[in-house]
Amino acid sequence: MPDLKRAFPHFEEPIVKIQDKIDRLLDSDPGSPIVTKLQKERDKLVKKIFSSLTPWQKVQLARHPMRPYAMDYIESVFDDFVELRGDRNFADDRAIMGGPASLDGTTVMVIGTQKGRTAEESVERNFGMPHPEGYRKALRLMKIAEKFSFPVVTLIDTPGAYPGIGAEERGQAEAIAKNLRDMMEMKIPVIVTITGEGGSGGALGLGVGDKILMLENSVYFVCTPEACSAILWRDASKATVAAGTMRLTAADLLELDVIDDVVPEPPGGAHWNRQDMYDTYKKRLKHHLGALKRTSSENLFIKRYEKFRKMGVFENTKK
Amino acid sequence: MNSKKNNVPHGLFKRCPKCDYSIYSKELQLSLWVCPKCDYHFRLPARRRIKMLIDEGTFKEYDSDISTSDPLGFKDIKTYPEKVSEYVKKSGLNEAAVSGTAKIGGYDVSLCVLDFYFMGGSMGSAVGEKVCRAGERALRKKIPFIAVSASGGARMQEGILSLMQMAKTSAVIAKLDKEKIPYFSVMCDPTTGGVSASFAMLGDVNIAESRALIAFAGPRVIKQTIKQDLPPDFQSAEFVRDHGMIDIVVDREDLRGELIRLLRLFSGKPANK
Ligand SMILES: [Zn+2]
Repeated sequence: MPDLKRAFPHFEEPIVKIQDKIDRLLDSDPGSPIVTKLQKERDKLVKKIFSSLTPWQKVQLARHPMRPYAMDYIESVFDDFVELRGDRNFADDRAIMGGPASLDGTTVMVIGTQKGRTAEESVERNFGMPHPEGYRKALRLMKIAEKFSFPVVTLIDTPGAYPGIGAEERGQAEAIAKNLRDMMEMKIPVIVTITGEGGSGGALGLGVGDKILMLENSVYFVCTPEACSAILWRDASKATVAAGTMRLTAADLLELDVIDDVVPEPPGGAHWNRQDMYDTYKKRLKHHLGALKRTSSENLFIKRYEKFRKMGVFENTKK
Repeated sequence: MNSKKNNVPHGLFKRCPKCDYSIYSKELQLSLWVCPKCDYHFRLPARRRIKMLIDEGTFKEYDSDISTSDPLGFKDIKTYPEKVSEYVKKSGLNEAAVSGTAKIGGYDVSLCVLDFYFMGGSMGSAVGEKVCRAGERALRKKIPFIAVSASGGARMQEGILSLMQMAKTSAVIAKLDKEKIPYFSVMCDPTTGGVSASFAMLGDVNIAESRALIAFAGPRVIKQTIKQDLPPDFQSAEFVRDHGMIDIVVDREDLRGELIRLLRLFSGKPANK
């Protein structure tokens, strides 16, 4: 069980307090009738708090340090994962990982951004912020998938592509742009899932596909609410306000026709009942993959093109 | 068309933002808005850029009726429609892109030019749509597509929909790619963020104007992140070329000639004037 006490968002505090009590009682007096009472109280509280989360609270949940990451999904939803590393050009970017795996007997290429759980791991994973090599490795893996007709599954949870000197020197913009174009042309089904933070172009660089899914408490944005508030409000403290205006929740994006499906999370969020999350996600993933299996590669392109081509809202008034 | 408040080079004299030299507007016009003293390339509004690139009188504008909507009901210090209408008034444009067909050196092209003076050339739904339609026009007419970029990136006021314009415009480039229609991308100062990380970097040939800032993340963001000074000339067109992302860096006066040469080479035949 992960340590829930580490850096949870403020609104989770009352739930964590009750859970602590329950855990203590279970240790000393497992048969205590108070446990059942406390559990009921906890469930009620979870329901109350989580039925009315603000967009900013969803951002905090999406960034929750105990939230399942790509590796957790890969280990729990798929079997026989073999990690393939390196872009065959410069380096292996640890912020993106991927390789073939079995989804109940079907081979898929699963690729995800990976954040770290500990401080050490976070540094190794560069906080889930890929360099160009990461995007190029992902594309290399997708081309393998295309060659052997494996569907592609991408799992996205990143604050964004890394803004650094090396990243610029090696063509961060080009790497992302190329993925946008080439993922559009993939001759195999591509299913994209935002599992946590969908951070801007860094997320979109793995985000072009036939079906775009978002976990219920994940967010997807053009820039972080912090950056948005600093730029548009000229006041970094307006992030909560910005989050409320930007429309970045899964429900918002479904309404805006940017995504296809919202995958429900267990009460309290994915980290409160991981197994339940994995089971739900696996079911949804298999459903979408099954529906795409019979589409020809030419039709995949036509539909994927139409899907993205119609995104956006503008006026068209003949003068 | 341009009010006095506009930063567009205008009025009798114009001061060079780089070397502070005062230049006669007439002289500046003759030098294609390049500072005669320090070679600084002034940022150009889209219509002036088009005029400079094409054969006189050949521009046929399309999609000028496409304008901004406010899909999120966005408000920061001002409402998004208020902000846009200020720029519409200042620029005489509907949006940060002007598109159409034209001849360049006798060759038919489909053209889309971004305007940095309109909200920093940022790409929202309307700009994305104009880029796409210009690309699709090139597909239909089987003529080369030329995109001229000058943009700070995505239009934040349209939220996730502006991010999706990156995928949408790249989708059209994928189609051009499949159909083997030449696409020349011209990057001007500045080309960053959501524009550089989508259609602008995807040219069969990538061209940039001398010393233009070309980046994914802007220098300020990088400095904040790494807390170090940046190398000299970092993210200049020349730097980006030397790192392998751009084919040709040209002075403004050579841009048209370079495009004509490419159009001739890629079509493999003399112009049809
Ligand atoms: Zn000068």
